[in-house]
Amino acid sequence: MDGLPKEPIIRVRGLVNRFATETVHDGVDLDVFGGEVLGIVGGSGSGKSVLLNTIVGLNRPVKGDVEVFGTDVLAASETEQREIEKRWGVLFQDGALFSSLTVAQNIEVPLKEFYDMPQRLMDEIAALKLGLAGLPEDAGSKFPAQLSGGMRKRAGLARALALDPEIVFLDEPTAGLDPIAAGEFDDLIRDLKSSLGLTVFMVTHDLDSLFAICDRVAVLVDKKIRVGTLDQMLRDDHPWIRAYFHGPRGRAAQQAERPPSEEAGTPIAASTSG
Amino acid sequence: MGSAAATLKTTEDADTLVLTAAGEWLVASAADLDRRLRSLELPQRRQVTIDLAGIDRIDSAGAWLFLRTEQDLSARGNHVELRHLAPTFAPLFDQVRAGGALAPVSHPRPDHHSLVGFIARIGQITLGLFSRAVSLLGFFGLVALTAARLLRHPGRLRLTAMVSQMEQTGVNALAIVGMLSFLIGIVIAYQGADQLRRFGAEIYTVDLLAVGILRELGVLMTAIIIAGRSGSAFTAEIGTMRVNQEIDALQTLGLDPVEVLVMPRLLGLLLTLPMLTVYANLMGLLGGCLMAWAVLGITIPEFISELQYAVAPRTFWIGVFKAPFFAGIIAMIGCYEGFQVSRSAESVGRLTTLSVVESIFLVIVTDAIFSVVLSALRI
Repeated sequence: MDGLPKEPIIRVRGLVNRFATETVHDGVDLDVFGGEVLGIVGGSGSGKSVLLNTIVGLNRPVKGDVEVFGTDVLAASETEQREIEKRWGVLFQDGALFSSLTVAQNIEVPLKEFYDMPQRLMDEIAALKLGLAGLPEDAGSKFPAQLSGGMRKRAGLARALALDPEIVFLDEPTAGLDPIAAGEFDDLIRDLKSSLGLTVFMVTHDLDSLFAICDRVAVLVDKKIRVGTLDQMLRDDHPWIRAYFHGPRGRAAQQAERPPSEEAGTPIAASTSG
Repeated sequence: MGSAAATLKTTEDADTLVLTAAGEWLVASAADLDRRLRSLELPQRRQVTIDLAGIDRIDSAGAWLFLRTEQDLSARGNHVELRHLAPTFAPLFDQVRAGGALAPVSHPRPDHHSLVGFIARIGQITLGLFSRAVSLLGFFGLVALTAARLLRHPGRLRLTAMVSQMEQTGVNALAIVGMLSFLIGIVIAYQGADQLRRFGAEIYTVDLLAVGILRELGVLMTAIIIAGRSGSAFTAEIGTMRVNQEIDALQTLGLDPVEVLVMPRLLGLLLTLPMLTVYANLMGLLGGCLMAWAVLGITIPEFISELQYAVAPRTFWIGVFKAPFFAGIIAMIGCYEGFQVSRSAESVGRLTTLSVVESIFLVIVTDAIFSVVLSALRI
């Protein structure tokens, strides 16, 4: 994590979101730096997806500032907005692929929209993104309804990567996948991050993903946010955060990813290190 | 963004061809670079060096262009070397090399452009129609069985749901049905008066209006409006429930979807449509009556006495008699298409359209059959 540029790509200040009488966010501040994987966690209804939607412009906050690549997205002109949209990719929960188009056509939608490219080059790029997302060659000509849930997510990721974005937003990328597929998806994100230099903003419930690939973690609690490295979060004494990271599932995920020496003292760790 | 543009230079160096690339090889300039790379005259069996020293920034589209060129050159027997690749870009090239081995995606072409494809499509559509007819008949049987079971156990009829359906399909449709029937009455009276005046037979406008509205148009207009308004709603409601797996949930809870969802809609519409028809008839006659008064000077008492003379009660009853048949068609098609929805949201829209088209079509066909049969029976 050293060597991160100090200028944040995304800068959220004093964000307030309210629906009817329900306050979801009450003064949320968040910085996302280039090249990091930031995991967003929080209980159900704590506003993880609302935060993501606010940053990508699908939800207008009641109060607060959101800057992406130094542009205030809430006051951006249409041209500025399009320039930003070229530089990010979003993977929605179930892929959100256009059901009337094949997977390859889905990937070509942003290419067609933003650039004037010959069809042959678009087909090559679509195949490349399929490969990067770990999909087999024949997936391109299939329709979304013909794919399994895990493949739909990979196809959604391929579309999110179509324009070689600098940042990708992932909304619960491993939810609904079996543990093996979820682990593979984590590896995929880590590979793409290191090779493409991606910044990843990931809403997740998956503790294994957090320990496996996240550089920093942001926890939404009490309508605010707490951000820090995993080690800092593990030492945080907020009751919800303690329950989250030190519950049985949290401990299991830590043991799976951390070197056993850190967990010295527990019988399982002792036996595996021996 | 937007500092050094991407450049590509070709130089001959002894027996080596050198391609020197520099600048930002990003997806934004990929189309231009693709054109330039493709227009290069590729040599055969030579030593080729691709020099990447001047690359400032590159993304996967840019890396793909280099790797594709490398592949193309190798395929022509050249010895290719990528040189001076900055170490920071090496993982990207590895990743693209691993992922980019795929052939460009091919788009499936619709095959109905050929003659055989065209004939095959006709066959497919015919078979599809046939299997739909069979499955619709099956659905009809299922509903009939459920109805018979309800007759034995009337307590299982969901009255609340039925009344709520009657409110939605009947009470909430009063404004639109009344308005349109009123206007139809006006149109018929006006056109009839225009024609009949030439023969001095203006008074027969009332006959034309009464027979036209009571026997045919009142019930037909009502059925068409309800098919568009409620038939589509049935398909969309049941279809959305299928997408959400609510139908599956009903079944696992031991509830019969036909009993819970179809019967209240079917019985509700069977009761509602005749009542709406009577109302539509009244509004149509009212519109015609006002028009006859305005254009022909036929007063309201004259209109009523001519009406009593012109139409037998049978004319009225024939119109109302057709209503439950139309109601059955609309409700059955609407519910059936709802159950045909697969788990994709897209099919809800497609089947809703289909349900409206089918039910209007069948309503008009049935009306034509009634006309032929009734005239053969001289009723």
